[in-house]
Amino acid sequence: MSNVLQPATEWELKSMIASLAERQIPVEVAGGGSKRTCGRPVAATAVLSTAMLRGITLYEPTELVMSARSGTPLSQVEVELASRGQMLPFEPIDLGPMLGQQAGQQTMGGVFGANLSGARRFVAGAARDHVLGIQAINGRGEQFKSGGRVMKNVTGIDVARGITGSWGTLAVLSEITFKVLPLPDDMTTLVYTGLTDELAAELMCIASGSPFEVSGAVHLTAALARRLKTGELAEEKKPVTALRIENFSKSVEYRKTRLKELLVAFGTPAELDLDPSLKFWNELRRFSVLPFGPTHVWRISTSPRNGPKLVAAIRRHVPVEVMYDWSGGLVWLETAASADAGAADVRRAVASFGGHATLIRAEDAVRREVQVFQPLTPAVARITQGLKAAFDPLGLLSPGRMYANL
Amino acid sequence: MSFIQLPKPDSSIVARRLEIVAVLEGLVQSGLVISDEDGRRAYETDALTAYKRMPLAVVLPATTQEVSLVLAYACANGIKVVARGAGTSLCGGALPGEDVIVVGVSKMNRVIEIDYESRTARVESGITNLAISKAVTPRNFFYAPDPSSQLACTLAGNLAMNSGGAHCLKYGVTTNNVLGVKMVLITGEIVEIGGAQLDAEGYDLLALIVGSEGQFGIITEATVRILPSAEGAKPMMIGFESAAKAAICVARIIASGIIPVAIEFMDKPAIEVCEAFAKAGYPLDVDALLIIEVEGSEEEIADRLAYIAGIANELSPKSIVVAANEDQAARIWKGRKSAFGAIGRLADYYCMDGTIPLGHLPHVLEQIAEICARHDLKVANIFHAGDGNLHPLIMYNANAPGEIEKAEMAGAEILKLCVAVGGCLTGEHGVGIEKRDLMTVQFTETDLNVQMRIKSVFDPSWLLNPAKVFPLDGRPAPAAIVSMQALPVDMLHPVAA
Repeated sequence: MSNVLQPATEWELKSMIASLAERQIPVEVAGGGSKRTCGRPVAATAVLSTAMLRGITLYEPTELVMSARSGTPLSQVEVELASRGQMLPFEPIDLGPMLGQQAGQQTMGGVFGANLSGARRFVAGAARDHVLGIQAINGRGEQFKSGGRVMKNVTGIDVARGITGSWGTLAVLSEITFKVLPLPDDMTTLVYTGLTDELAAELMCIASGSPFEVSGAVHLTAALARRLKTGELAEEKKPVTALRIENFSKSVEYRKTRLKELLVAFGTPAELDLDPSLKFWNELRRFSVLPFGPTHVWRISTSPRNGPKLVAAIRRHVPVEVMYDWSGGLVWLETAASADAGAADVRRAVASFGGHATLIRAEDAVRREVQVFQPLTPAVARITQGLKAAFDPLGLLSPGRMYANL
Repeated sequence: MSFIQLPKPDSSIVARRLEIVAVLEGLVQSGLVISDEDGRRAYETDALTAYKRMPLAVVLPATTQEVSLVLAYACANGIKVVARGAGTSLCGGALPGEDVIVVGVSKMNRVIEIDYESRTARVESGITNLAISKAVTPRNFFYAPDPSSQLACTLAGNLAMNSGGAHCLKYGVTTNNVLGVKMVLITGEIVEIGGAQLDAEGYDLLALIVGSEGQFGIITEATVRILPSAEGAKPMMIGFESAAKAAICVARIIASGIIPVAIEFMDKPAIEVCEAFAKAGYPLDVDALLIIEVEGSEEEIADRLAYIAGIANELSPKSIVVAANEDQAARIWKGRKSAFGAIGRLADYYCMDGTIPLGHLPHVLEQIAEICARHDLKVANIFHAGDGNLHPLIMYNANAPGEIEKAEMAGAEILKLCVAVGGCLTGEHGVGIEKRDLMTVQFTETDLNVQMRIKSVFDPSWLLNPAKVFPLDGRPAPAAIVSMQALPVDMLHPVAA
């Protein structure tokens, strides 16, 4: 990286953006850089990194709230939370290893800027659901806040939540305040093997619709399951479907028994107790089943019921390997490298079954030519452009990262 | 009349009333335009009854298409529009004006589709909050946000205000439980945002729309999450001699790693009124009462309640009562949910909604008592303690001259106090007209400009829900609506393009 701007204070960040605005110099907004190859290649020669804006500025465990500057490493936040028996409920995923980076480089700004949530999302909410407040600088060089530090707040437009997931294209976050929750006392994982995608989806939907608070429901096709590192799961050479139950120990035991009764038609599951469970869900967070390589990876969000149908529609045209998360509603799809990363087939399937697709991994040249984020309807595209103009009228912040003209 | 300024109606629009009514009658099915004075009177206020304005006309469209026609007409003629659900807003969010067309969504109240596998329901926005839960109860599902007005209030209003409720400590508020909406823009254009999936495809427009108080468009349909009901639930009541002890108890429960479904707080005046109303067996000899509910199987519930009782016992509570049976559990919640109504039978009240960091609770409650005493007003406190969302009910007599002004002054002081300790003006009721002029206490001019520019993206001519949310001074000049700009093709969906 040649031109890297690294403000160490919010004031420096504001001054830098103000002078970039004066000179109309666009920048690529980054945190730890783990997701730099995600999205379209940015049309900017300089990088504005928040990596030096570090530090946890508030932590009140009894109020379930923490504030951290945007460059604070996620790992630091998680260690601090764990020391008080708490966690980030949305279980942020780490795309770094999949994209050829080291694990554990993410910053809090990156976590909220990309709104990437892990397995617990479908019960606990996404990163965006845990945002309580932000401080940020927009492309006009204006310092602003939204939200605050309290759990319930409907004062004015929810800008804090609205710019979560905007990939640094609307404003540069300087500080984020978010909700945290207690770590569960205990955890167990039920593992079913050999199910087809359709049966696995059925199983996950039944489990997620039960009152037993399943907090993780994933299904891996056989090829991906073989890459698992936990226990003997890889050796079976069969698809793996896993359900997680978390609570206090007595409750985990009870819910496990009830769930097995409910799902008896799907066979007898293997059981992972606390330690192997932690290992299993942690390796999924880091995508051990989709290691760095030449293949292309899509992330498709749809309704859980339609997940396998959507994948089947793509599979009719190209061979794919799949990890279903969120009880079937989130599809991580691996395809062999091709000139358009299979975009035509993916987009057609998404149009039929609803949802949206994002090309997460492909070479720069492919991501420049193919639409990386989901194409928008005319009305939504107009609103999207309007928002960009409201926050960043000169188009200085990560231009082109999400859409070519944004 | 009280302090809040309402803009002067545009006399040129008011003068065209009959013509406007005639056009509206041509746009929607017969019988859906209310133009007579008695009929319109039902729409002149909401649950902030101190403010009343007779609207120009009321339209109750039966379809999204009709909403679209009405908005397109209003837009082309520069007529302001106020969207209305059930009119239960406590902050004047649905207050019309003399130059305003009220568009009520109450006729659009169908359940469109329920998908139990994906755990979503597609409904029309005029459906009541409780009707969503009722539609899915037979399969043991429910819709989580549960504002106290849930029997009457509509999903449309919940979406506008990002409503919460007693059980959002565990399940989140409206914004956490909505996946997609169909919305009509002021131009009449119909937009689909989100869908049945769990996250946004581009910018998170839904996050901006939910809680925008009818400023951005009129939502006619929504896809909401439905959740499997717990096997069972049971409340317990813990009485303390002081609010400070109750606050410590809440903090200790949360620090111990338990998040109950709900933790509600009542002070002595609230307990007395609610007990007289619901006969729930609330202890009358305590100064602060916590209602704590946990969920699960019978055994899980017993286990958790015992654990919480253990924490409470270290603080020598004056009483601990676990609901003996379903009937008592229902009464405990009935008392809590009817609290506002019960107090309303004794006096007029002005309900505040600030949220504070929980650590400040004892101090803030003392200050609230002091502020109200200074204005010679009684106050009852009843609120969601788990998340610090206060609801001081300032009691006054609307017929006594000067009383409402006093109540409003006390209310403003309380809200300023909430902001001063690190909280906010409103946790779940919204800004409306009521807190509009206090926005500058919480936000800087830049903060508000950032918000108002977003408003201008959705509603450039500022015709939707006028005079709400943002202080009247400092608003941008309304822009003329530009016709659809040409869009770069590469952002567009190939099918749509």
